[in-house]
Amino acid sequence: MTSTLERSELHVSDMARTATIGMRTRRLRTVLSALGIMIGIAAMVGVLGLSESSKSELLAQLERLGTNLLTVEAGGGIGAGTGTLPDEASAMISRIGPVESTSTISAVQANVYKNDLVDEGQTAGITVQAVDYSLLDSLAGTVADGQWIDSATGSYPTVVLGSVAAERLGIDGVLGTQQVWLGDQWFTVIGVLDTFELAPDLDRAALISLEAADVYLDHDNEPTRVLVRVDPGQIDQVGTVLAATANPEFPEEVEVARPTDALEAQEAADDTLTALFLGLGAVALLVGGVGIANVMVISVLERRGEIGLRRALGATRRNIAGQFLGEALLLAVIGGVGGVILGVAATALYASIEGWEILVPSIAVIGGLVAALLIGGIAGLYPAIRASRLSPTEALHTT
Amino acid sequence: MSDSVLEVVDVCKEYPTTPPVHALRGVSFSVARGDLVSVVGPSGSGKSTLLHLMGTLDRPTSGEVVVSGYPVSELSDRDLSSLRAHHIGFVFQQFHLLNGMTALDNVADGLLYTGRTLQERRELAEIELLRVGMGHRLTQQTTKLSGGERQRVATARAMVGSPSIILADEPTGNLDTKNSDAIVELIEKLNETGATIVVITHNREIAESFPRVVGLRDGLIEHDSASVGAVR
Ligand SMILES: Nc1ncnc2c1ncn2[C@@H]1O[C@H](COP(=O)(O)OP(=O)(O)O)[C@@H](O)[C@H]1O
Ligand SMILES: [Mg+2]
Repeated sequence: MTSTLERSELHVSDMARTATIGMRTRRLRTVLSALGIMIGIAAMVGVLGLSESSKSELLAQLERLGTNLLTVEAGGGIGAGTGTLPDEASAMISRIGPVESTSTISAVQANVYKNDLVDEGQTAGITVQAVDYSLLDSLAGTVADGQWIDSATGSYPTVVLGSVAAERLGIDGVLGTQQVWLGDQWFTVIGVLDTFELAPDLDRAALISLEAADVYLDHDNEPTRVLVRVDPGQIDQVGTVLAATANPEFPEEVEVARPTDALEAQEAADDTLTALFLGLGAVALLVGGVGIANVMVISVLERRGEIGLRRALGATRRNIAGQFLGEALLLAVIGGVGGVILGVAATALYASIEGWEILVPSIAVIGGLVAALLIGGIAGLYPAIRASRLSPTEALHTT
Repeated sequence: MSDSVLEVVDVCKEYPTTPPVHALRGVSFSVARGDLVSVVGPSGSGKSTLLHLMGTLDRPTSGEVVVSGYPVSELSDRDLSSLRAHHIGFVFQQFHLLNGMTALDNVADGLLYTGRTLQERRELAEIELLRVGMGHRLTQQTTKLSGGERQRVATARAMVGSPSIILADEPTGNLDTKNSDAIVELIEKLNETGATIVVITHNREIAESFPRVVGLRDGLIEHDSASVGAVR
């Protein structure tokens, strides 16, 4: 007999339709209950997007600058202050196999002024550095205006200014013949540089050639710093022998550093911030999930009459559970999609302000939506089961 | 059981409260195809309990209910849902219409769990709404309808898909006299066109306007006009 009974049946599309009833009749509640998930997903997508965008920016920057630069500097030691390296330091370093090039810097005890009328004391914190012609290449620096010193201009009293030095001297270009009062002489400004990403202290320097320092300022040209470009595969090995090579007598007075480490350290600090925000996003998601569960429990209580009616119309327990589970999933997906849109928009806005490439990892988008679905499923499960377990007569009894 | 659509055989229903309530204490009667029966009795006499058992929304403590030839005791919960989807229509005192939906879609939902397509459901719903005189209100939200209109829509929902039997629990309970009379009239008209209907009411006057009256008191059948007069 049972075999002849026509089965009740609910099409998937109709199941989906029943899942939308709650949100169609209670719009404000729908929006509010999706909000928690939305904020959580937006935070996570935004944070991952920003960290990805800034990472790609850093990689591009490191690619441009090269990570194989080491600096060897005199300092620390006993006579604290302006120590120097032995004259032959640069030549010795060049002899290390994997060293590709070296560039010497020698700090000059001189001051620079806008003209010869400026008071002696007002140095504006600008240093004078005598440098190799190879310095610009070594530091991957760029010229903002004018030109870099070469062997032709370097034999005259010419100077190239770091970006901050130029600003402090009130020089924003090399139009006309700009001169500065440097070490009691007139030096002609032939160039202004962009910011050095690998040597920010040189932004505050007036750079002259070693030759000019010797001829016009009678400077001894003892190196205070040597820039070393190394075979990228052997940076660590070279790093360990540099100090002893540069100053065999007092290696402890030599400081060896890798400027790109500072940039990477900054990014690592950003990573902890990213982790923190991800954690906050996860908390928001959790709260959002609890919010949805809460709203669904209330919804089941309020809609007992509807549940009873549907059972009377032939709905199975499964149909009822599916309806409420579907509703929870829908709320979560609305929150998830909204959150992804918000997170991507935030990333795009911030990245475009910073001039970065806009990068939102697809894992963040997919992960966000999957997380929303999971949370919706978990949050909806208990209310859905409760709804399906209601006895039809009890459910109908309530108006 | 030639043309009997519903048989209630020595049914008892006990609610396991403390103390337990014996809502039905051995009720037997049957409804034939095309019957229009009223079950009348004072409040608490067991009418709603009986309707729930006839509608397979609940199972008897003992005895048997047979709907369209299917004995309820032999069916699973899943089967009972199928039975309700295809064979039984309900009308409730509180209408139980779904807000936020049109009259047409409320009626169409009467077929939601039958596996028919949305278009089919809507076509049949429209025919049914025309039958109950609500053809001018198809796309109206049910919240904007009067009580009488709502009960017409609910009746159309019970009728759609032509179930074997329609069970109405106090269908006029929330209506004024005028609307109440109109619904009674509608029920009679639907019965004339072939529907088998059981109406539960505590209103003796309404009950007695129907061809067959079953009187219920304290969970027992007090009298059944079918067994008094001519035998079926
Ligand atoms: N779910 C229930 N649990 C316990 N007692 C119930 C329940 N439903 C009905 N009753 C009791 O069963 C008796 C019959 O109730 P009911 O069938 O609703 O009568 P009627 O519809 O005629 O007023 C009443 O005493 C009522 O209190
Ligand atoms: Mg009752």
